[in-house]
Amino acid sequence: MLDRVFIQRYGDYGDRDVASGEMQESTVNNPHEWPLWEVFIRSKQGLDHKHAGSLHAADAQMAIENARDVYTRRMEGISIWVVESKHIHASNPDEADSFYEPSNDKIYRHPTFYDLPDAVKYM
Amino acid sequence: MSVDTIKFALHLADNNLIMSQRLSEWTGHGPALEQDIALTNIALDMLGQSRNFFQYAAQLINEGRLLKEFAPGTNYPLDEDDLAYHRLEHQINSHLLVELPNGDWAQTILKIYFFSQYQQLMYEQLLQGNDAHLAAVAEKSLKEVKYHVKWSRDWVLRLGDGTEESHERMMKALNVLWPFTGELFEETTWNTQVFQHQIVREKWLQLVSSTLDEATLALPVLPTFQTGGLRGVHTEHLGYILAEMQYLQRVYPGNDW
Repeated sequence: MLDRVFIQRYGDYGDRDVASGEMQESTVNNPHEWPLWEVFIRSKQGLDHKHAGSLHAADAQMAIENARDVYTRRMEGISIWVVESKHIHASNPDEADSFYEPSNDKIYRHPTFYDLPDAVKYM
Repeated sequence: MSVDTIKFALHLADNNLIMSQRLSEWTGHGPALEQDIALTNIALDMLGQSRNFFQYAAQLINEGRLLKEFAPGTNYPLDEDDLAYHRLEHQINSHLLVELPNGDWAQTILKIYFFSQYQQLMYEQLLQGNDAHLAAVAEKSLKEVKYHVKWSRDWVLRLGDGTEESHERMMKALNVLWPFTGELFEETTWNTQVFQHQIVREKWLQLVSSTLDEATLALPVLPTFQTGGLRGVHTEHLGYILAEMQYLQRVYPGNDW
């Protein structure tokens, strides 16, 4: 079976290439390639799930089992989330300037900008 | 009674050890990095279980001064390594199933499924048995085994009910392995005290049949099964496994790293 597929580099999010306008398309004969999944692990009750890494798996069930085997071998977690990488939408690194820099000079957004009156205690 | 317990503990240890040694052949050769790690984890779990049973057997052999009977050529105090590395083919009472070659991925995961499902049911029986030490090891091992069952069962379903090729490979694996499954429930002089084979066999057949059915795999019909492992009569494969596994300890006895 000859399929048209998008080349996905290991660790890439699904639509980053699309967002940056560098879509890579190729015709390869590889029906065996499993999709990429992102793994989130909660290390303790009450803590957030944290991104642990990514892995390949054929379906969600296998992704959870793989995550258990790859990322929780040393008692790192008590709960696992997996999501197929293609469902994660990422910001475009090329737009970093317009995205993040404007907040740099708005110092009044930080609490340290404000002088506290002496009368206010326990802040 | 104590001699029977030693034989049974050694049998459990041998099964895990040979299974582990076989599966470790996949290390670095798995179909995907993630599955390579999964399989290596399972092999390591089995090695750990094997150690627990060997340690118990060694303790009983030392206490009963039964070294000549179980590990001739070794010295007191006997330890787990002596039992793993200095016993010969005919002294090893593992099931024939565990020493069979890995074959392809289908055959490997089906073997793990058959074996782990048996282990789970058998360990559950040991929990209720009158040997507190075996029950404790069984309880600890069950947590691992339940995952082995789940992992391998998922693969059986995935491949059996998968593509035409994967189905065909599973059928082939089933026909290779099935003749060796009957031995798992074979009764002999030293294992009947410990658990009820009939109960384990019925539950195993029920669970395995339903899995194979769900995986669209037809159960082979056989008049009889291969046996011999419990008497130390093995297939031609075990000798090669031991040669590789025991080589270093036999050439450099007591060597360590």
